Amino acid sequence: MEAVIDTGDTAWILIATALVTMMTPALGFFYGGMVRKKNLLSTLNLSFITMGLIGVQWVLYGYTLAFGPTQGGWIGGLDFLGLNGVGAAPDPNYSATIPAIAFAAFQMTFAVITPALITGAFVERIRFRTFLVFTLLWATVIYAPLAHWVWAVGGVLRTYGALDFAGGTVVHIAAGFSALAFALVIRGRRGYGSISIEPNNIPLTVLGAGLLWVGWFGFNGGSALGANGLAFTALMNTNVAAAAAAVVWMLLAWSDKKPSVLGIVTGAVVGLVAITPAAGFVTPLAAILIGAVGAPISYYSIKFIHSRRLDESLDVWGCHGMAGMWGALATGLFATKSINEFGADGLFYGNPNQFVIQLVAAVGAAIFAFVLTFVIAKGLDKILGLSVSESEEEVGLDVSEHGERAYA
Amino acid sequence: MTKKIEAIIREEKLNDVKQALREIGIVGMNVIEVRGHGRQGGIELAARTGTYYVDMLSKIQLNIVLSDHNVDKTVETIIKAARTGQTGDGLIFVTPVDQVYRIRTGERDKEALSYEGDIDTRRGSKNGPKAK
Repeated sequence: MEAVIDTGDTAWILIATALVTMMTPALGFFYGGMVRKKNLLSTLNLSFITMGLIGVQWVLYGYTLAFGPTQGGWIGGLDFLGLNGVGAAPDPNYSATIPAIAFAAFQMTFAVITPALITGAFVERIRFRTFLVFTLLWATVIYAPLAHWVWAVGGVLRTYGALDFAGGTVVHIAAGFSALAFALVIRGRRGYGSISIEPNNIPLTVLGAGLLWVGWFGFNGGSALGANGLAFTALMNTNVAAAAAAVVWMLLAWSDKKPSVLGIVTGAVVGLVAITPAAGFVTPLAAILIGAVGAPISYYSIKFIHSRRLDESLDVWGCHGMAGMWGALATGLFATKSINEFGADGLFYGNPNQFVIQLVAAVGAAIFAFVLTFVIAKGLDKILGLSVSESEEEVGLDVSEHGERAYA
Repeated sequence: MTKKIEAIIREEKLNDVKQALREIGIVGMNVIEVRGHGRQGGIELAARTGTYYVDMLSKIQLNIVLSDHNVDKTVETIIKAARTGQTGDGLIFVTPVDQVYRIRTGERDKEALSYEGDIDTRRGSKNGPKAK
């Protein structure tokens, strides 16, 4: 079959790529608002420089490791090194109607934001140069293989039948469980648990969350890889899941104290995370449930981590790991071929086996990301040191690591 | 003798206090946004999940420099306007000031502090002229 470019599909992926690109700096604002003033630039930059690092890594070898011709289902071959041969012609393996380079660019934005998500675990004390090495290593030995297993033709989890529409497993489970592993290795912030560590600017967090919400239309809607009904199903599911989760989180926070705005916007992000793997496989009513149930799962996961006095600073595991896990499992419950013929039926549509497949894939990915990140973090701690000195931390990373301050 | 009143008050009481002071003819003041806590220690604010404890609370510090004989009336006015009866209403300190200079004119002490419509020029009149 001759592959023919569809300009509508291509135009939508162009826009979706731009939307997801915006999410990484938006994530910087989301995180930046929650740290102390002395670490604001540092926190913004952990996301921003990831656009630099992975933007280059993806072109050089990231894409080919993730989407090159499969080597036994585990990793991509080096055929697309330096994006060699990835051009205007479509790659029918992934989408027959858009240029291969459009697919590579769209996928790049996912590869960029995923390690940026992890940064929430170690803000306010991470040594910058160690972070740079960690991010490159993580993208290479965790993200690329995982993306290959789940999304590449011949990838082991894709072949096994696991569904992950837009990255619940590859992005959120991977980032969330890696964040947990990293937090277990790096020391907590000075005074964590005894002094109050107050968010410096919650409006920045609200701004970031709003931009993330909009960007997520590209993330999930774009994952339809076409300008079609499925893209809008994904978009509607995305919106309603975020909406439901924001409302439920508001009620949870209200029952504890007050309906905090920080809580409400966190709820929205958690809903977006939870619907990500399911967005193109479930009905909008199922999406409401996925968002609504995702909120308490994440809420109580965060409370649990706080009760253990583990300084996983911005709750990446609770928000992304656990909501991502729920989303992956919920896909196995609520997926229906009536929404997406290329998907599968879930447990509630008479196919309990899909739930088992989702469970195996999600737990497998979580263990893989957790263990490997733990090992990498331990190694880097020995060789380079994970955290700055306590006096550098007291001064703040903006001055001690970057020689700048956020405000004059 | 010149005195300085430093009044640490609730943020939300600033307008009431300012208004009450204007009514008795105290127009000049400096306001500093300060942080701190008294014996109540701090408060709990809503977090992502549950609450967290904040011990540095935002307060307003009013600085007013005036003549000795006006201190009592001014302090009474501040207390009346700033008081809620709850913990956290604040404190007032009164200290002596050695010298005062007005930069524009070079006047010092009592001359530097007086202006038309101030608390001294309206003594004896119950309502006094309205300050601008």
